[in-house]
Amino acid sequence: MYTDRKIRVVIAKPGLDGHDRGAKIIAHALRDAGMEVIYTGLRQTPEKIVETAIQEDADVIGLSSLSGAHMHLFTRVMELIREKDAENIIVIGGGIIPNEDIPKLKESGIAEIFTPGTSMKEIIDFIKSKTISNCE
Amino acid sequence: MELKKKLLEHDKRAVARLISMIENDDQKAFNIISELFYLTGNAHIVGITGPPGAGKSTLTASLAKKLRDLDKTVGIIAVDPSSPFTGGAILGDRIRMQDLALDEGVYIRSMGSRGHLGGISKATHAATRILEIYGMDYIFVETVGVGQSEVDIMKIADTTILVLVPGLGDDIQVLKAGIMEIGDIFVVNKADKDGADKLVLEVEMMLNLRKMENDWQQPILKTIAIQDTGIDILVNKIFKHYNYIKTTGLLKSKKLKCIEAELAEILRERFIDMVYNSNNAQLDLKEIANEIFNKKTDPYTAVDKIFFELKERSN
Repeated sequence: MYTDRKIRVVIAKPGLDGHDRGAKIIAHALRDAGMEVIYTGLRQTPEKIVETAIQEDADVIGLSSLSGAHMHLFTRVMELIREKDAENIIVIGGGIIPNEDIPKLKESGIAEIFTPGTSMKEIIDFIKSKTISNCE
Repeated sequence: MELKKKLLEHDKRAVARLISMIENDDQKAFNIISELFYLTGNAHIVGITGPPGAGKSTLTASLAKKLRDLDKTVGIIAVDPSSPFTGGAILGDRIRMQDLALDEGVYIRSMGSRGHLGGISKATHAATRILEIYGMDYIFVETVGVGQSEVDIMKIADTTILVLVPGLGDDIQVLKAGIMEIGDIFVVNKADKDGADKLVLEVEMMLNLRKMENDWQQPILKTIAIQDTGIDILVNKIFKHYNYIKTTGLLKSKKLKCIEAELAEILRERFIDMVYNSNNAQLDLKEIANEIFNKKTDPYTAVDKIFFELKERSN
């Protein structure tokens, strides 16, 4: 029987902050939108996150950071994505991220940054619009 | 083909992509398995099953670490439930396995059950074959947290480990049919919790009552997976069980039975696909359902008619 191609998303918290409530809410919302969410837990290194996404054949990596270390951690994830030739994976970020950092993060290859107040629908629609071409 | 070559070159990305293709029913992936089928059948496939929260993922991770110390390569397939409403899933088994994320000799894959009810997903069996072709020595298949009757794991695992925890019910629970019957090795995890010794006793009693089909005495072990306690003994029992089923010919008879069941399953599925894709008005299941609802026919007569129609067409 026909099976839908499922969008697979790795939700990861790089770095040392221990607040994963936001990440869990996003994971839950994506699940309810019919996606398969691979949740990796707290305190992940960029290396582990990228390797996980590769082994899980993920379409999307969602990074969450509240610690202020996003510039270093998010851009390192993008470096590894390029190193490992995994540019088919779309990387998005969220958390406490000052507006002035957003252009720099996007320059490094992060597809979008979602700051507090973003609706779940916005995030879901963004993921769907970016993955639709991969999924056909 | 590119993917086939990459798989043989031990590219984990090829493994990842092929498993996705299998999950999405992409015929190309099955063709690759067909071409490389001669490379399957060499890994020891270990099933890890048990109720939600028993510690299956943590136990799997500690077992994998022990086997890595012995320089064995390990593939892990961890299944979590998909939503019956949206098809979405939270796949969280990896959280307990992240120590292994960067190990070259380990591949971990999370799978949603995608509507399959037996504790694994439809694609799990074929995924183990991809990992066998890749060359893994051991393949762990962790089921969804099971209740009482999800026993599909025994169709693909050479050794099935049933992980129990204290505090889930009285001694009648261990006497019930289903999940309690499929363990080759029983583990009472979280053995530092109250009631662990009692549970061990109850399982021992149940095992003593059971009529033995062979002389493998199912061991029951206590572990505290998160502290790595009892894992060495468990690894030894896993080796011992594999050795036992190999030398007694049980492994072969088990595999033969499973292959037959698999054939029947693929056939069933193909058959249903054939009916659904037939473009024949006589075989429109939605229409037939409607007729049954309106009491114009009944399910048994309807199926007779479907078979008659199919036979007519093939003549």
